[in-house]
Amino acid sequence: MRVRMKVDGVTYEDEVQPRTLLTHHLRDGLGRVGTPIGCDTSSCGACTVDIDGESVKSCSVLAVQADGSTITTIQGLSGAENGDSSTWHPVQKAFQEHHGLQCGYCTPGMIMATVDLLKRNPSPSEDEVRHGLEGNLCRCTGYQNIVKAVLSAASELRGEGPLPGSFQDAPENDTAQTPAAETAGAPA
Amino acid sequence: MTDQMDAGIVAQQIAEHPDALSKPYAGGELGRGRRRKEDAKLVTGQTNWTDNISLPGLLHMTVLRSPMAHAKIVSVDVSAALELPGVIAAYSGADLADVMGASMPCAWPVTPDMVSPVHTPLATDEVRYVGDGVAVVVARDRYAAADALEAIAVEYEQLPAVVDMEEALKPGAPLVHSDKGTNQCFLFDFPGAGADYAETVRGAGDDAVVVRRRFRQQRLLPTPMEPRGVVVAPIAAADEFTMWSTTQIPHVLRVMLALTTGIPEHKLRVVAPDVGGGFGAKLNVYAEEILALVVARKLGRPVKWTESRSENYQATTHGRDQIQDIEIAATKDGTLLGLKVELLADMGAYLQLITPGVPVLGAFMFPAIYKMPSYHFTCTGVFTTKTPTDAYRGAGRPEATYAIERIMDELAAELGRDPMELRRQNWITHEEFPYEMVAGLTYDSGNYEAATDKAEQMFDMAGLRREQAERRERKDPVQLGIGISTFTEMCGLAPSRVLGSLSYGAGGWESASVRMLPTGKVEVVSGATPHGQGHHTAWSQIVADSLGVPFEDVELVAGDTRSSPKGMDTYGSRSLVVGGVAIHKATGKVIEKAKRIAAHLLEASEDDLDFGKGTFSVKGSPEAKLTIQEVALATFAAHNLPDGMEPSLDSDYVYDPENFSYPHGTHLCAVDIDTETGFTKIRRYVCVDDVGKIVNPVIVEGQIHGGLAQGIAQALYEEAVYDAEGNLTTGSLVDYLVPAAPDLPHFDTGRTETPATSNPLGVKGVGEAGTIASTPAVINAVVDALRPYGVDDIDMPATPERVWRALQGSDEERATAGTVSYGGSSTGSTGGSASSDSLENDGSAR
Repeated sequence: MRVRMKVDGVTYEDEVQPRTLLTHHLRDGLGRVGTPIGCDTSSCGACTVDIDGESVKSCSVLAVQADGSTITTIQGLSGAENGDSSTWHPVQKAFQEHHGLQCGYCTPGMIMATVDLLKRNPSPSEDEVRHGLEGNLCRCTGYQNIVKAVLSAASELRGEGPLPGSFQDAPENDTAQTPAAETAGAPA
Repeated sequence: MTDQMDAGIVAQQIAEHPDALSKPYAGGELGRGRRRKEDAKLVTGQTNWTDNISLPGLLHMTVLRSPMAHAKIVSVDVSAALELPGVIAAYSGADLADVMGASMPCAWPVTPDMVSPVHTPLATDEVRYVGDGVAVVVARDRYAAADALEAIAVEYEQLPAVVDMEEALKPGAPLVHSDKGTNQCFLFDFPGAGADYAETVRGAGDDAVVVRRRFRQQRLLPTPMEPRGVVVAPIAAADEFTMWSTTQIPHVLRVMLALTTGIPEHKLRVVAPDVGGGFGAKLNVYAEEILALVVARKLGRPVKWTESRSENYQATTHGRDQIQDIEIAATKDGTLLGLKVELLADMGAYLQLITPGVPVLGAFMFPAIYKMPSYHFTCTGVFTTKTPTDAYRGAGRPEATYAIERIMDELAAELGRDPMELRRQNWITHEEFPYEMVAGLTYDSGNYEAATDKAEQMFDMAGLRREQAERRERKDPVQLGIGISTFTEMCGLAPSRVLGSLSYGAGGWESASVRMLPTGKVEVVSGATPHGQGHHTAWSQIVADSLGVPFEDVELVAGDTRSSPKGMDTYGSRSLVVGGVAIHKATGKVIEKAKRIAAHLLEASEDDLDFGKGTFSVKGSPEAKLTIQEVALATFAAHNLPDGMEPSLDSDYVYDPENFSYPHGTHLCAVDIDTETGFTKIRRYVCVDDVGKIVNPVIVEGQIHGGLAQGIAQALYEEAVYDAEGNLTTGSLVDYLVPAAPDLPHFDTGRTETPATSNPLGVKGVGEAGTIASTPAVINAVVDALRPYGVDDIDMPATPERVWRALQGSDEERATAGTVSYGGSSTGSTGGSASSDSLENDGSAR
């Protein structure tokens, strides 16, 4: 079957099998491999993309169902595919600034789901963030820094600026929020 | 720069591109929370996962897997599959028998008489677990390859499944490997380095209190978010191969592939591209890696295999799965007398790379942080018709830590003591290090008091205990439980000599090379292979600190046997402690060489040179100086070097650690349990970890968080369940509960810093700490909440149903199955005086 879709700003027209999953069409057909696959039961959310303004697990949609739609993947979220982090979406920036990723396999889906979550709820509580991302699994971070990243991105998208990040640029501006270590001495 | 130094055209060009030159080193790189260099590609989707790799003419391989736990293969007919459009080839195990190798490797024969069954990448005569490979198909695309599996006809003759370890050991039990005559893989007996356990307890007479428990380490599914995959590109005419694999161990894999398939090692290049988590499940040599290699070799065409998650759950190694019978003895005042541990460890159907070594590694960890004169450990490895087990985050140490920390609480309850006070009474005090443990290890450093004091303060232990008493008093339907885990672990695997003494098939060293480029930038080559840990960032910090070059000027080369040719890879919290130290030592050699050249160029004696923040300067003449980057450029030009000096600063170091490292910490957990529904909610989780000196505190904290999540998941959520026929009933992410964000609490983390004395960086490793410590903290909290109801143990995961049932049960049902009495009493109490009769009456309790 013939499908036409706009993916990350480019229009593609292709022949696909009726059974081809959108996620396979994106990856194998269009070479948009920034969106990974983590399961076969639509449980993990790694393959989340934006279809016509809504976040969708691309393994739960057939390519033919996406005919005529406009799709944004993680690769189309930032302004440019180069080393210039100033073009990143605030959610992408926040995931780095708050160490919201380790191996990074869940990250594309986590970021795409967050973008959608913050559109629907620009001022989520920590609890609302946790429940809002329930459909996206991460095995590395324990979610705590993901939650921080999402709250920070929300603040930035509201125009209130990001929350203080975790990292330290240089010795002269150590503003880290990391826990202080105490040199262990004799107990009190 | 001195006038002797003329690097000609390069210097001129660098002068025209000042950005290419290094900025001065600002200092303070170790311990700084640097932004991760890894993140740019990961947050923008420019990652190179194995399944992203596409090559001209790439074929897709799929594996037909056994739907039965145990059966004879009567026949395999692939002919119909070959007729399907797009199918290039299909092979049964018999078809590949002469090329796929005699058996896949197990590198850890833990006893000389260990039973090591033949394990071929495809089964040829019998299948022995659901998921065992039977045939492969190679087709033009992944859909055609999947379709073709259905066209393969296999005739099976069903054999009995072997699911339960204790049943498997009974005489007359059906055999997993009939040619071996037994389901027992090995019996590992380790009497410790101290006194005899039974004699010690007997010697204490009536003063001995003995508590025994049976704990179950349920089977877990490691579940890295990236499933496994492999791509093999052959150069058929030259019989050369490049393999990309989702592996933690490209270097070990290459050696093993060569030994298994007979393809010469130097004709194999193995690459671990970006790897999406491992947790031990990618620390192996897998059937599909061998199959993709031999099929690509046969066809002379590139082949890719990517597993689905459901396939991952059947065909990728599982973790844990032990039955632990543990007995602890103390005098009535609470001083420990000793520990006896008898493990049953489920190997599954075959031995993977280090399957038998995982429970045996636990032998050294059961005594944990406690002083005791006697210890005895035995472990029986058992074959069952299930997916093989192997390393999963912690690998042997979480199991041991769980058992000792659980039984310390039970001993405290038996003695009527506060569980933390009992621990304080018995742990090694900070003045006593280095301390030789009853299990034979020497702990180099630690300060359990400091970590505990800080944790209790952060936790508000006193306040929570008060609240608990009030809620118990007023019979609040939501009860508060408080759990403790004061853990240690052995990290930095490992001194090669120790591994040799344990019959492990390889060493425990790690390799590093540091290359100074002409422009002053640095490439650091490491044999550790990252898959989410942040090596690019942390190794840059170590190199920047040692050489005095900017963090931004360092690049890591790793994970490819062509460009980082030597390594032992990443597992067991070893990357920093072994690989990081190797890097540090290699930079020391670079500085030594650079110093000789700097002295020559500055016309000074080497002894008169100081080196700091990347600059060599002449003592007493601060104007006479050269940066290490200037020396690198002069070395590249090589116009004016000391006589006989090799024109290179590049240096290698292979570091073999002298000792393990011993991170420790105190984890405290408060749970609210709704006694009407059995639902457990973690209300507060505080941990203070001492992982020695820190390279990057943000990365360290992230490792702790992720470790906690996996340890808590074992306590409350995850369990791989097999039915009586040997089917994995939790075979997808729908049925296996990997926690999502709402299932986990906020963690309050703190640190103390007691440097390791066994390595020059003072580091200890952090990858597994959270997982090891958290499981017993949570279950101790659950049992603490339920103890007033007569509950003294609960199986993991402590689901609402299990908690509710424990609360509903009669007194008898609540009492732990493994609880026995000594001294001839049969009251079912948890303790009593020891007698020699009962000590020898081991079989009755099992």
